[in-house]
Amino acid sequence: MDPENQALIKRIVDEQGGADIVVMLGAADAEAVEVAAETVRDGDPAWVGPLAGVQLGLPVMHIFEDDVKQQADAGVYEAQIGFFEMTLDIEGVKAAMRRARGEA
Amino acid sequence: MELRGKKVIALGERDSVPGEAIAEVMRSVGAEVIEVRTECFV
Repeated sequence: MDPENQALIKRIVDEQGGADIVVMLGAADAEAVEVAAETVRDGDPAWVGPLAGVQLGLPVMHIFEDDVKQQADAGVYEAQIGFFEMTLDIEGVKAAMRRARGEA
Repeated sequence: MELRGKKVIALGERDSVPGEAIAEVMRSVGAEVIEVRTECFV
């Protein structure tokens, strides 16, 4: 996760607190997804950005996950995400999220 | 996780799902979108 987004998330949590905040990812690269999830929960694993050593503990989900899709309006989801579901490796992303949460 | 009523930070990516597409879906869930970003790795 780039330092700019780390700074953004840190600022939001500093200003509003972490309650009820969820980070929703859209990246397609499984490794990037895993690193992003780790970064907002446990801190920047590369120890270079503003979240180095900062454990925000924020929940992270990915827009491709079934739990997200099931809660969304079906028409909106299809219009906004349907194309990407057909062209990107959604199973790889889902597996990365399970690994990031320690479920796999 | 129940997303309705949550404050969502939407982090999209230019070569994948853009932040605004994530935000539209989150609004349909009933979540409050508090920030939208689209990362670019190029």
